[in-house]
Amino acid sequence: MKNTLKKAGYNKVQKQMNDVFLQFTAKLVFFIVIMFSFNLFFAGHYTPGGGFVGGLLAAAALILLLIAYDRKTLESMVPIDFRLVITIGLVFAAGIPTLSFLFGTPFFTHQHTYVEIPVFGEVALHSAVLFDIGVFLTVAATALLIIVLVGEADE
Amino acid sequence: MALIHLAILLPLIAAIAIGVIYRYYKRLHLGWFVLPVPLIIVIYLLTLVPRVSSNQLIYESLAIMPRIGMNFDVYIDGLGLLFAILISGIGALVVLYSIGYLSHREDLGSFYVYLLMFMSAMLGVVLNDNVLMLYLFWELTSISSFLLIAFWFMKERSLYGAQKSMLITMGGGFLMLGGFILLYIMTGTFSIREMLNQVAAIQESPLAPLAVVLILFGAFTKSAQFPFYIWLPDAMEAPTPVSAYLHSATMVKAGIYLVARLTPLFAFSELWVWIILLGGLITMAWASFNAIRKDDLKAVLAFSTVSQLGLIMSLLGLGALSVVTGANEEYFSIAVVAAVFHLINHATFKGALFMVTGIVDHEAGTRSLKKLGGLLTVMPVSFTLTLITALSMAGLPPFNGFLSKELFLEAMIHVGDANFSALADVAFIFPLLAIVGSIFTFIYSILLIYGVFFGKRTYDTPKEPHEAPALMLISPAILTVLVLVFGFFPNVLSGTIIDSAAMSIMASDTPLETHLYMWHGFANPALWATVFIVITGTLLFYFRDKWMFIYDYHKDRFTLNYLYDQGLIYSRFGSRKITDSYMSGFIRSYLVYIFLFFIVMGILTLLNTGIRISFDDMAPVGIHEMAVVLIILVSIAVILGTKSRMVSIIMLGAIGFSMSLFFVFFRAADLALTQLAIETVTTALFLVCFYHLPKNSRHQERMRFKLTNFLVSLGVALIVIIIGLTAYSNRLFDRISEFHIENVYELAAGGNMVNVILVDFRGFDTLFETLVFGIAGIGIYSLMKLRLNRKDGNNEEHAEESRI
Repeated sequence: MKNTLKKAGYNKVQKQMNDVFLQFTAKLVFFIVIMFSFNLFFAGHYTPGGGFVGGLLAAAALILLLIAYDRKTLESMVPIDFRLVITIGLVFAAGIPTLSFLFGTPFFTHQHTYVEIPVFGEVALHSAVLFDIGVFLTVAATALLIIVLVGEADE
Repeated sequence: MALIHLAILLPLIAAIAIGVIYRYYKRLHLGWFVLPVPLIIVIYLLTLVPRVSSNQLIYESLAIMPRIGMNFDVYIDGLGLLFAILISGIGALVVLYSIGYLSHREDLGSFYVYLLMFMSAMLGVVLNDNVLMLYLFWELTSISSFLLIAFWFMKERSLYGAQKSMLITMGGGFLMLGGFILLYIMTGTFSIREMLNQVAAIQESPLAPLAVVLILFGAFTKSAQFPFYIWLPDAMEAPTPVSAYLHSATMVKAGIYLVARLTPLFAFSELWVWIILLGGLITMAWASFNAIRKDDLKAVLAFSTVSQLGLIMSLLGLGALSVVTGANEEYFSIAVVAAVFHLINHATFKGALFMVTGIVDHEAGTRSLKKLGGLLTVMPVSFTLTLITALSMAGLPPFNGFLSKELFLEAMIHVGDANFSALADVAFIFPLLAIVGSIFTFIYSILLIYGVFFGKRTYDTPKEPHEAPALMLISPAILTVLVLVFGFFPNVLSGTIIDSAAMSIMASDTPLETHLYMWHGFANPALWATVFIVITGTLLFYFRDKWMFIYDYHKDRFTLNYLYDQGLIYSRFGSRKITDSYMSGFIRSYLVYIFLFFIVMGILTLLNTGIRISFDDMAPVGIHEMAVVLIILVSIAVILGTKSRMVSIIMLGAIGFSMSLFFVFFRAADLALTQLAIETVTTALFLVCFYHLPKNSRHQERMRFKLTNFLVSLGVALIVIIIGLTAYSNRLFDRISEFHIENVYELAAGGNMVNVILVDFRGFDTLFETLVFGIAGIGIYSLMKLRLNRKDGNNEEHAEESRI
């Protein structure tokens, strides 16, 4: 970010960019955005949302942190290897459709059922959610991987 | 999902566990954990033998993609069961042998994972009824073979051999897929059993010869037949257990399996018969002739494997011949029985020979025949094993090789009895090739025994040779015992498995009642052929220094290997030239290519279909929509005028957000959300990329450059608008959304149609899009990392390589 600003003509960028307002707000907004992304993800089957949007928003929340702080701080805040997350996501996306053989149905046939849970009431369980988790993780991790990497290259 | 499906997939499932065990537990050799897998499978398969030999065939279906006819249909008859038992049985022995062969220092985890992957793939090939699944497993065997050949990937020869085998077998496999698709066009099914009911349809179809050629490409490349055999000798760079398993006993027989399986389908075709018969015999004679001059023990065995595969292939061709010509039924069944029997025998003696070669290599440190010699007193057990198996390979009594070889010779001598329409004059060539091939087979078998164990001790070996540990000797010993057992009691096999396998090749229901025995009396011409082969072979072996000079006439320049290498170099060179001519490195050129293509295709389509635009059914344009359009127009104007990149990026963002507003107006909440998220992320990406962009300004460009840009963008805009309007004006068919609206709750139990389409109705698209997304991310990661490394300068070599 620093170099980007410099190149754009903002010469007075300090060595350590510390924007207290931005950082404080980012911390706060991060949680709102990430909760919203989870909400979108889980609500996807009945109302607008889903794995792709949820994943992008989760990535956006982390990118906000990246902009407010820097890469090293982000790494210490979220010590995750995004390549691993991509792998896990792909395993979910490709593995869940295969599991339908266990139920004796063709490839990619989803299973669903309804469960009565005391506090929440009737809850729908759907294997599409597991598939969507794969989409969510892959999308979020790929977007972050690219942006962190490209941002890192200018140091 | 039946038990048999589980048996096929068991190695793959076990491979996951093996990978985990290898990571956390290293005290015990990993092979001991792998060993139970093939053992369980072989025991399970053996329990099926009584059922299959009494002609009760097993059929289990598992629907994968029923719509396109791709199902995991397991069909077990004699042929499939025989192969499956060979695969799992030899697999168990090879795993046992590898425990002694590979030390703890090697990367055992990868080795056994690849090996198990191969086992699953191979079982899948031979037990499948569906050709699409067969193709899938077929290519998986090629991939695992590639990985295993390149197991010692630090050696350049390994990589060369791995690449060669991959290019040749996968190329052939791909052509084979074309053949399968042609079969589907002719019969309308992917199931082999259902195709068999429609032989008449195939016979009449003009596509049949093409299908024959394409499928034989697959079989010949896989089974290393002439002229595709060149990959097999180079595949010997793999560890010896792999050579014994994949490259002699199982994988290279996949082609034979395919030919045997499809014989009832194609036996009417003369093309099929002649290619297999002649191809097999030429392969047999040529490879055995070439085996003699090789110095590397494993190279000798590799050529010998090629030659023996040719023998089996030619026998299958002979079997099919009598269907075409309507010749004597008896020779037909003899040839098929001989093919099946020799298949088993070859697996036993060649597997044992490979393992003994591995022992010699392991203990003496070299496989060069020049350096080896006189090991008889040092390695007596290995000598005994070699003696028995090599003599069996040479076709001498009282071993099993003699029995099948005699059947082979008998069938080949009687080939003249068949009614050759046009080729009656050259029919003598078949026994001739058979006998020449057999003579050279005899010579290299003797050479193996003599060169390693007799003669003078050379004391030239890198290690001091001594007898191998018992662990390594068990597997070849078991195979050698089998050579003896099958030699003395061949009818153990003939009643149980050979008959039912031969019956499935011939697609007949009548039991064959084969009875195999050694002595057929003096009147049998095959006996005299054997005597002739032994005498000539002995003479040629004794005087081998006198005639070996003929090999010098075979210059490197005229070999198939030379052709392959040159072809590889020139194809690389040519593709580089072609790529260089249009890959300029400027993103702008690529965009121009893409958009020009889009414009041309759009115009062609429109010319074909005609433009029909009606404004009848359009909604009125409201003020809020006008406002958003105005915002977009202003943003575009600013982008065109501004000099600052920052401003253009922000304006681009403004356009994107306005677009999502449009989605909101049209009540597409999902699209609007996605557009918003994408816009946020891409703007961030733009900002990050900012630093990497070059300094020169857009306004310095020349007029012609700008004009091209203008024309291209104008063309794209017009095409998109016209396509949008035409698509809206013409309703050629019912809207698919009706189906979705009706079924979204009933079938998928969902409320949000868009998401249900994404994860369920069109889940396959999403799956592959996710894959593409992941691959793109990892691709960008490696590209960036490579570039960063190149900056350091110490990675010059790799940079060079990647450019080639």
